[in-house]
Amino acid sequence: MRILGVSAFYHDSAAALVDRGEIVAAAQEERFSRKKHDSAFPEHAIEFCLDHAGIALKDVDYVVFYDKPFLKFERLLETYLAFTPKGFNSFRMAMPIWLKEKLFQKTLLTKEFQKFEPEFNWENRLLFSEHHLSHAASAFYPSPFEEALVLTMDGVGEWTTTSAAVGKGHDLRVHREIFFPHSLGLLYSAVTYYIGFKVNSGEYKVMGLAPYGNPVYKDLMIEKLMDLKPDGSFRLDMQYFNYCTGLTMTNERFSKLFGRPVRGREDDLLDQFHMDMAASVQAVTEEIVSRLVKGLIRQTGLQNLCLAGGVALNCVANGKLLREGVVENLWVQPAAGDAGGALGAALLAYHYYKQQPRQVNSNRLDGMKGSYLGPEYAQDEVERRLKACGAVFEVCEDEDALVEAGSSALANEQVVGWCQGGMEFGPRALGNRSILGDPRSESMQKVMNLKIKYRESFRPFAPSVLREDVTRYFAMDVDSPYMLLVDTVRPEICREMTGEEAALFGIDKLNVNRSELPAITHVDYTARVQTVHQETNPLYHKLIKRFKDKTDCSVVINTSFNVRGEPPVCSPEDAFKCFMGTEMDALFVGRCAMYKDAQDPALKIDYKSAFELD
Amino acid sequence: MILKEIWKFLRVRKKLWLLPIILVMVMLGGLLVLVQGSAVAPFIYTLF
Repeated sequence: MRILGVSAFYHDSAAALVDRGEIVAAAQEERFSRKKHDSAFPEHAIEFCLDHAGIALKDVDYVVFYDKPFLKFERLLETYLAFTPKGFNSFRMAMPIWLKEKLFQKTLLTKEFQKFEPEFNWENRLLFSEHHLSHAASAFYPSPFEEALVLTMDGVGEWTTTSAAVGKGHDLRVHREIFFPHSLGLLYSAVTYYIGFKVNSGEYKVMGLAPYGNPVYKDLMIEKLMDLKPDGSFRLDMQYFNYCTGLTMTNERFSKLFGRPVRGREDDLLDQFHMDMAASVQAVTEEIVSRLVKGLIRQTGLQNLCLAGGVALNCVANGKLLREGVVENLWVQPAAGDAGGALGAALLAYHYYKQQPRQVNSNRLDGMKGSYLGPEYAQDEVERRLKACGAVFEVCEDEDALVEAGSSALANEQVVGWCQGGMEFGPRALGNRSILGDPRSESMQKVMNLKIKYRESFRPFAPSVLREDVTRYFAMDVDSPYMLLVDTVRPEICREMTGEEAALFGIDKLNVNRSELPAITHVDYTARVQTVHQETNPLYHKLIKRFKDKTDCSVVINTSFNVRGEPPVCSPEDAFKCFMGTEMDALFVGRCAMYKDAQDPALKIDYKSAFELD
Repeated sequence: MILKEIWKFLRVRKKLWLLPIILVMVMLGGLLVLVQGSAVAPFIYTLF
C-alpha cells in the first residue's frame, strides 16, 4: 500500500511517500521553487516522490492532507466571535482568503492532483488528518521505540497547540491537549516579534541570541503572561497579546510590561535588553517543556519520549531534557515543523487509519534513513548539469580521491561546499547539502557568517562530529544525528574567560576565544551537535575521518548550503550558483571538484541581494 | 457541494449553533471580497 502525504497552503509545503510503512521519499517544495517557506501546492515535491519510486499517482492508494481546513475555519470564526467587535481588521484580512481559497481546499487539491492523474477521485482516495496528529505520527512512527510518550508543540494547528499522546505498536492515542489561543509556540513567536525578528522564521535567532543575555524577565513572564501549573499546562493572559484579533503578535500592554516598544527591524540595534528578553523566553520555554514532560512521565511511567511540532526544533530545550535527566530516551523528528506533517499524515493513514502493523528496528536505528530522503543526482547527470552552468571542474577518480580533496581543502582552512547524495528532509543540513569549515580556526565563525552566509555575526555554527568521538569534545554520549540536541563542550577543551572578558556584554563576548573549537562553541560553552554515523552517511563519515587523520580533529563546522533568506540548495546548479555568489573556496558535487580561482570570473553573480532577508 | 460538507461538518462537531454566525460572517466576508477584489493578505500567524 502506497500513501502520499501532503502539507501545503500554510507554510513549508512538502510531500512524502510511504510504501508499506517504509518512508521512500520526502522533500519540501521550497527546495525546488527556491522560495523560502514556500506554501504553494507542492507539485515539484510530489513529482520528485513519484519519480523516485518510479510510479505514477494512479499507483498511490491514498493521498493524505496534513490538516483539516474546516476545523481551522471553525477556530477562526469562534475566535472572532469571542472578541467581537475587536477583531474586525484581522477578520477583514482573513475572510477574503478563506472565502476565495481556503474553504475550497478539497476542490483545490483535487484539481491539482488531476494534473497528475485526470481521473483522480477525491471521494475514495483523499483523506485529511488533524494537524497535531500528523505531527505526533511523524514523531512516533519513525522513532526507534516500541512504546513512547509523544509530545507535540507548535504555534497552532486547527485548535490544538500542544498535545500529549501515547504510542504503542501501531496505535497512537492523544491523552491531553492545550487549545488555542494558549500556545507555547505563539508565546515564543510573540517575543520573536517583540525583539524585531520575523515571526515564523526568526524564532531560531531568538534561541541563538538567548545565551548572550540573562533570563531576568523569566519570573515576570511566568507571573504576568500566563497561569502555569505544576504539571506544565498553562493558559496565557490574552490581555498582553494581539494575535487573536490584530495584525501584530503583542500589544501596547506587553510593551509597557517590559518597558520598551517593539524593536523596528531595520533601525534599532540589538542590545542587552533584547538579549535578556530572548534568554527569558528561552528559559520559560525550557521550564514549560520540562514540567510537561515530568508530568507525563509521572502519569504514564514511560521513559521514551518523541517530539515534533515547531517547538521541538528548540534544540536547547531538547538537550536540557536529556542533560537534566528528565527523560531517559529522546527522539525528535528531524522535520519537526509543518513539512514533517506531510510525512506524519502518510504514516498515520497507514498505521492508524488502515491499522497496518509497525516494524521497529531491533538495532535502535530509526525509520528516517538519516533523513536523506530528497533528490540525489547520478555522477553523469552532475557533470552534464555543471557543464551547462559553465563550471570548471575536475572529476575525482573515486570516492577516496574525493574525500582526500575535500579533507585537504578543509584542513587548509578553506570554506567548502559539500553537495552529495540525497537531500535532507527538514530544516537542518546533515552533511549532504552543507557548507563545511575547520572549527579550530579562530576567524571561521565571522568569515562564514559575514562572507558566506551574509547573516548576523552573533549566530553560532554547529559541529558535525564522528559518533565514536563525540565524548572527546562534548558532554553528551547519545546519538544526535539530526542536530537537534545542544550540549556543553567538554571543560578539558574549553578556555576559561578572564575577568575582563567575562565582563563583556552581549555580542562583544563572541570575539572571545572560548575553546579549542572556537567556531562551534557558543558563548555559553554549548554546541548544537550532529553525530555522524557510518550507517546512515558513510561518505560524510569518511570525509570527517580523513580530516581527523590530517588534523587529529574529528569535528567540522556544518551549516546549511545557502545564504541568508535562501532555501538550502537542491540541485548541482543551485550549489554552483551559491558557490559563485559567495566567497566559498571549494565546491564538491558528486565526484566533481571545483575551486573558486579556476572559475570564470564572469560567472560571479550578486547573490547577496537575490533573496529577501529573513 | 461545499454547503453540504459544511452542514455535515457542523453536525459531526455538534456546532449547528455556528450556522447563523457562519451565514452572517460569510455574507459580510463576501461583501469584503467584492469590495477588495484581492485575496492577498499579509502573513499573520493565526490568520490562516
